[in-house]
Amino acid sequence: MIALLGLLVGVVLGMATQTDVPVFLMPYLPIAVVAALDALAGAARAMLDGLFDDRVFVVSFFSNVLVAALLVFIGDQLGVGSQLSTAVLVVLGIRIFSNAAAIRRKLFKA
Amino acid sequence: MSATDPNDELTPPVPGSAARRRLWRAMRPRWTKGQVTVGLLCVLLGFGAATQVKEVGKADFSRLRQEELVEVLDQLDAQASRLEAENIDLQRERDRLESDQTSQQAAAEAARQRSEVQGILAGTISAQGPGIALTVRDPEGKVSASLAYLLVDELRNAGAEAISLGPVRVVASTYFEDCEDEPCIVVDGARLEAPYEWLAIGDPTTLETALGIPGGALAAVRTQGGSSALSAMDPVRITATRRPAQPRYATALE
Repeated sequence: MIALLGLLVGVVLGMATQTDVPVFLMPYLPIAVVAALDALAGAARAMLDGLFDDRVFVVSFFSNVLVAALLVFIGDQLGVGSQLSTAVLVVLGIRIFSNAAAIRRKLFKA
Repeated sequence: MSATDPNDELTPPVPGSAARRRLWRAMRPRWTKGQVTVGLLCVLLGFGAATQVKEVGKADFSRLRQEELVEVLDQLDAQASRLEAENIDLQRERDRLESDQTSQQAAAEAARQRSEVQGILAGTISAQGPGIALTVRDPEGKVSASLAYLLVDELRNAGAEAISLGPVRVVASTYFEDCEDEPCIVVDGARLEAPYEWLAIGDPTTLETALGIPGGALAAVRTQGGSSALSAMDPVRITATRRPAQPRYATALE
């Protein structure tokens, strides 16, 4: 519940405030957001499994974001930035989908 | 994780009820450390996502990578050169059409002048200009077709550009014939009787001189017992016209 409230508060804050993304963060922000979504989906699944642990969630949240950003950064340095960010997005998308499928199976047995 | 995962077997007896119970419990706000941490991270996530959405909505070039910018620049360059080429093509087309129109106007003007000249020469249109009027009287009935022909010959030699005899336009194919019974002339099928009214367009002085020379046409009229009245006029209006005959055998040689 608090998580949903927090999400809502964050969206409202982001919409309301005039935040300019620093230029050096620009390529990483979308990837970081998707990575965080992945962490959130994994946490929801773990919660339904009864295995949720806030420490694990915090660590996975930040490590996901950092690793994704790092990959994109390395890709940029190697000159394959757009391809590598596509690859990261594909992997994260697959993970989000499989987590969503697992959640669906647990809640609805379907 | 599949449905046959051993973890699923830990929640008997009603499958799914355990997960729903956990969900229900999690939905109740409890200010535990874990819930607050998750809430804070979710604030961060929502903030980042909303910022990014706004950033994308701006749709400017500042968030593009260098190679993407180069690609955009290349595309713009190619588009510009394509449009430039199209512009040149269209300008050329416009110039061509303009010169076409000019030359068409010139051609139409030339055709109009040519048809006017040929209409006058062929006798298909009325004509006016300086010239002479000649009346030939024939009290003795001796003026013949050959005399009329002689007159036309003299007028043509003197440069007459249009000639009419009474209501008949005299052209290249005009013929003269004596009537059999009475003193008259058949001109292109029309019976004409004295007095004969001639009109000719040309240089009046030359025409008068040509007709009046000793032994010329008017002298011949006098020897036939006729009389003539010759006067220069400006303008002479020749309204008699001739319907152009459609050639049956001849066609233009290309």
